[in-house]
Amino acid sequence: MLGLRDVTISYKGRPTVKGFDLSLGQGKICSIVGESGSGKTTVIRAVLGLLGGGGRVTKGDILFEGRSLLSNTKEEWRRLRGTDISMIFQDSGAMTNQTRIIGRQFVEYIRTHEDMTKKDAWDKGIQMLERMRLPSGDNIMKSYPFQLSGGMRQRVGIAMAMTFQPKLLLADEPTSALDVTTQAQIVRQMMELRDTYKTSIIVVTHNLGVAAYMADYIVVMKDGEIVDAGDREKILHHPQSEYTRNLLEAVPSLGGERYV
Amino acid sequence: MFDEKDMILDARHVTRKFPASNGRTLVACNDVSLRLYKGKTLGLVGESGCGKSTFMRFLVSLDTPTEGEIFFHGNDITKMRGEALRQNRQKIQMVFQDPSGSFNPKMKIRDIICEPLMNFKRIKKSEKDAVAKKYLELVDLPAEFADRYPHNMSGGQRQRIAIARAIVLEPEIVVMDEATCALDVSVQKTIIELVVKLQKEKNISIGFIAHDLGLIQSFAHQIAVMYLGDIVEVIPAEGSDKNAVHPYTKALMGAIFDINMDFSKKIESIESEAPSPLDVPKGCPFQDRCGHCIGICRQEHPVLTELKPGHEVSCHVFGKRGGKA
Repeated sequence: MLGLRDVTISYKGRPTVKGFDLSLGQGKICSIVGESGSGKTTVIRAVLGLLGGGGRVTKGDILFEGRSLLSNTKEEWRRLRGTDISMIFQDSGAMTNQTRIIGRQFVEYIRTHEDMTKKDAWDKGIQMLERMRLPSGDNIMKSYPFQLSGGMRQRVGIAMAMTFQPKLLLADEPTSALDVTTQAQIVRQMMELRDTYKTSIIVVTHNLGVAAYMADYIVVMKDGEIVDAGDREKILHHPQSEYTRNLLEAVPSLGGERYV
Repeated sequence: MFDEKDMILDARHVTRKFPASNGRTLVACNDVSLRLYKGKTLGLVGESGCGKSTFMRFLVSLDTPTEGEIFFHGNDITKMRGEALRQNRQKIQMVFQDPSGSFNPKMKIRDIICEPLMNFKRIKKSEKDAVAKKYLELVDLPAEFADRYPHNMSGGQRQRIAIARAIVLEPEIVVMDEATCALDVSVQKTIIELVVKLQKEKNISIGFIAHDLGLIQSFAHQIAVMYLGDIVEVIPAEGSDKNAVHPYTKALMGAIFDINMDFSKKIESIESEAPSPLDVPKGCPFQDRCGHCIGICRQEHPVLTELKPGHEVSCHVFGKRGGKA
């Protein structure tokens, strides 16, 4: 469904991501892991055509349902984003406007993509929020982003992203800002999305535990290049590169190695 | 499990209340009693807003509790004022979560490391070079870094500088507030190794705040779990994964994503969110999220009771000696 073929992405002529390959089928979850600055976010931003600061795909191709995304016009991007492909950010509270209630932003978002009355859009918003197990959707629609907790905001972000049942969901560190208990809830909900809607998901994360739990397929990146890729079993138990091995070793685990 | 004579800091019944809007009060720490032992690490874990940072701030005298006492070598540090307080600060130092925010961007690393010593007039200007070099080596950084500014260093390197600055006064206690959570796992590992090495060399006591139980249990001696201002369980870190009894501790452990876990198993976690610290329910604070809640939990606030030496639990169901565990 989504294919990246030998993609090189450069910022101002300097390649940040080199020779990135990925194929993702329907209803599959792929995790991209790596340290800060390894280019993992750049990859998913490229898929959505959101490279900022003079970033461009200089080599290779990105195919979505057999069509290249690179030649998309502005209008084509607008139709694709938020409907067929949508994105969840690290802190969904930061992507919203702090001075407007959630509901107005949700309604605006729905009406950009679908011809609907404000009333219907509002109800659809509530319905989506409740599907994300947020209690009293009406209350949340009337709240300002800063009145919600981090976990609730993240769920609002996911509810918005899932409104049009996208075929592909891109999640950029969706749980990094959350507590472990909330993280577990969000991870579980994202996996339910896959089961209910057959959504394909790409999760960018530095948490190897989360990556391993969610993903069918794991890509390990370092300095803009793929150092290891394969299904979970292969990456966790038979990693090809030294780097992956070190990364796995560094993950603290309950009842694992102790230093004292 | 710890020798009482090695106890260097004893916080007794510390409570901190903040005034909130509409005449309400927010209880950030509720009757917290914890002890620090020489050369040992106390890990404090809990969700955001549970009061763990508030408590640690008392130790470094950045804030004072509303009630309770904190004894450090027999003196109550909450009552210290003026010069005595200033002198005492040498003994208890802190490392913050975001090192870039705690450095003056216009100071060179040499000046950053030596500033605490200069403040207390413990070295002369001419000695700065030697001191900076010595401490850079101690935290495994090249001596040339003395001429750098914080912004041309990586996050892990900056955190090493923060550690160097904290230990330069040879303190007895170092408080670390989420000191590694902004770092990548591999960097986190090297920082923890450094902290453990320094602790062994200098016999420092560490108070470490984290929300990752897996990390804490890899290098702490004792773990305290906090929930809505209450200490719900204090447990020796070794074997804590098997010995923990409080439902909240277990929920925290169940929510950890581990690379060695069974992936077919559903991840266990509490479904709801923590209630607002402004309206903590009467009785046990954890009652609404607890699967073992019984009648008494809604009525009476449980007290921290010793289960085994070094293991205390505050729970009506699991907190009794010989209770079902």
